Amino acid sequence: MSVLEIKNLHVNVETDQGTREILRGVDLVINEGEIHAIMGPNGSGKSTLAYTIAGHPKYTVVQGEILLDGENVLEMSVDERARAGLFLAMQYPVEIPGVTVTNFLRTAKTAIDGDAPSIRGWVKDVRESMSNLKMDPAFAERNVNEGFSGGEKKRNEILQLELLKPRFAVLDETDSGLDVDALKIVSEGVNRAKANTGLGILLITHYTRILRYITPDFVHVFVAGRIAEQGGRELADRLEDEGYDRYLAPAGK
Amino acid sequence: MPTAEQHGFRPHSDGPVVPVQTRSERFRSVDVTDFAPVTGRELEWKLSPVAAFADLTGGELDGSRVEIETTDAAGIDVSWIARSDARIGRAGTPEDRAAANAWSSFGEAVFVRVTGEDEKVTAITRHDLGTTPRAAHTVIEAAPNSRGLVVLRGTGTARLTENVEIVVGEGASLTVVSLQEWDDDAVHLASHFARLGRDSFLKHIVVSLGGRVVRVNPSTHLAEQGSDVEALGLYFADAGQHLEQQVFVHHDAPHTRSRVTYKGALQGQGARSVWIGDVLIGNAATGTDSYEQNRNLVLTDGTRADSVPNLEIETGDIEGAGHASATGRFDDEQLFYLMARGISEDEARRLVVRGFLTEIVQKIGSPELEARLTAALEAELEGR
Repeated sequence: MSVLEIKNLHVNVETDQGTREILRGVDLVINEGEIHAIMGPNGSGKSTLAYTIAGHPKYTVVQGEILLDGENVLEMSVDERARAGLFLAMQYPVEIPGVTVTNFLRTAKTAIDGDAPSIRGWVKDVRESMSNLKMDPAFAERNVNEGFSGGEKKRNEILQLELLKPRFAVLDETDSGLDVDALKIVSEGVNRAKANTGLGILLITHYTRILRYITPDFVHVFVAGRIAEQGGRELADRLEDEGYDRYLAPAGK
Repeated sequence: MPTAEQHGFRPHSDGPVVPVQTRSERFRSVDVTDFAPVTGRELEWKLSPVAAFADLTGGELDGSRVEIETTDAAGIDVSWIARSDARIGRAGTPEDRAAANAWSSFGEAVFVRVTGEDEKVTAITRHDLGTTPRAAHTVIEAAPNSRGLVVLRGTGTARLTENVEIVVGEGASLTVVSLQEWDDDAVHLASHFARLGRDSFLKHIVVSLGGRVVRVNPSTHLAEQGSDVEALGLYFADAGQHLEQQVFVHHDAPHTRSRVTYKGALQGQGARSVWIGDVLIGNAATGTDSYEQNRNLVLTDGTRADSVPNLEIETGDIEGAGHASATGRFDDEQLFYLMARGISEDEARRLVVRGFLTEIVQKIGSPELEARLTAALEAELEGR
């Protein structure tokens, strides 16, 4: 049974105005097969948590630990983390001109598995996953994210999630900017990945909308760089009705 | 009430400003003695290492036949013609002393004639031209409505200055690839002049990978209605290499179109590239559609890339004209994205650089040549 543990995580980021503390002591344990929703207002540090887990160089961990089955994730480079089984579905995936989706997927799969996938089985897997995500086969020959619409970019992220089969996936606002059809397709992809591989999921979102299609086991409310409240699904329902105001209002009012 | 002075409107401290010379008024001649000796301060030479090739701009040149190897293709004939032949001098006139020196010195010209409407490819290779400064002249002519691809390739060592004329007949579709794969000590200066007939299309591609100094300056005269040029360039400058291209497109007839896209990578101490892109949209060129861009990817410290786009427009009635130029380091976000998918840093870098340059390779339109160039780029990336 795999487990991803985040312990007392403090993270700084360098800005033009100097160093800013974004995460102020985050504790979180995600077991294989669990879905944790992280919800919070803009600027609460949700995305910082996502990028810190993936190892983006912009963020500096000043205190705390991230452990994957007891292994120190913070000592790993970005690619080592991915090979260890971590996956980040990005909010704003970048374009890679001149690199086709096919080439990119095969290169990533080969890197993660340590050797190249068998051509026949791989081509079939890719075709099937793309069809499940209602992606036009012509997509495979397009350059990664180049000229993709917002919805296409998100589908491409979930395509990678399905094919690379990580143990834990962080989905950073995968729902933002999606119309309801795309949201359903993307959610189905996430649910399928979970059913197939039993991965653990950290679902970061601003809205409760996606939780209609992906059912979380735990909901954590993120405010000002730490978890302000935790609960089950019902907490999301309450947020849908009340919004984040009660966390933001100063105490005593 | 603010005064004009407060807004900075006052006479320039250096005296009256003289407008820069427009591209179409630049001096031209086929006779080297019409040009003053090159000092390196001239507009067309100021970014070039002129001392490295004084023999080519000022010295005496060997104008005898440059040995060529040609692959046969039905519908593409390659022959030698005398310098007095009327088919020479139809596409353009030298604008710098190296080109004029070549023109004044060559004995015979290579004449390439493309006929017939089916697709065909020929490659003309110049290999190991030696260390004697030499002059060459080539005329490539595509007959009306013909199609074809001509590769002009240089390998081995050379000290060569040359002119290449490209005459594209009415309705023809021609691709010319100038492929510089010279040895590390080679110097190659070339001016290409293309003249496009009515509704014709030219794809012109400059690929510079090898050579100490390589300067290929293609100019295209969109002389007749509906003519269309796609000018592409790809260069990879290693330590100590100077790769230069001055691209000129002259829109001179209604409804002409041009796309100029040059991409380069620079790697190693003293790696140097120059791109100057001039587009002139003349009075007659109503309905012009034009876009030019240059992108450079800087891979290490110690490199320098100059990128200068210029656009002159003499008519208000155009469809579109734009330019873009960007020189940047490796994009760390691309690197992060690829590494977050398990790809190692080295491999991710190679993937991004390959991708950056492949965009041009993908547009060549000859699978065989694309495969060869991809392999050549791999070798550059490996530092071979």
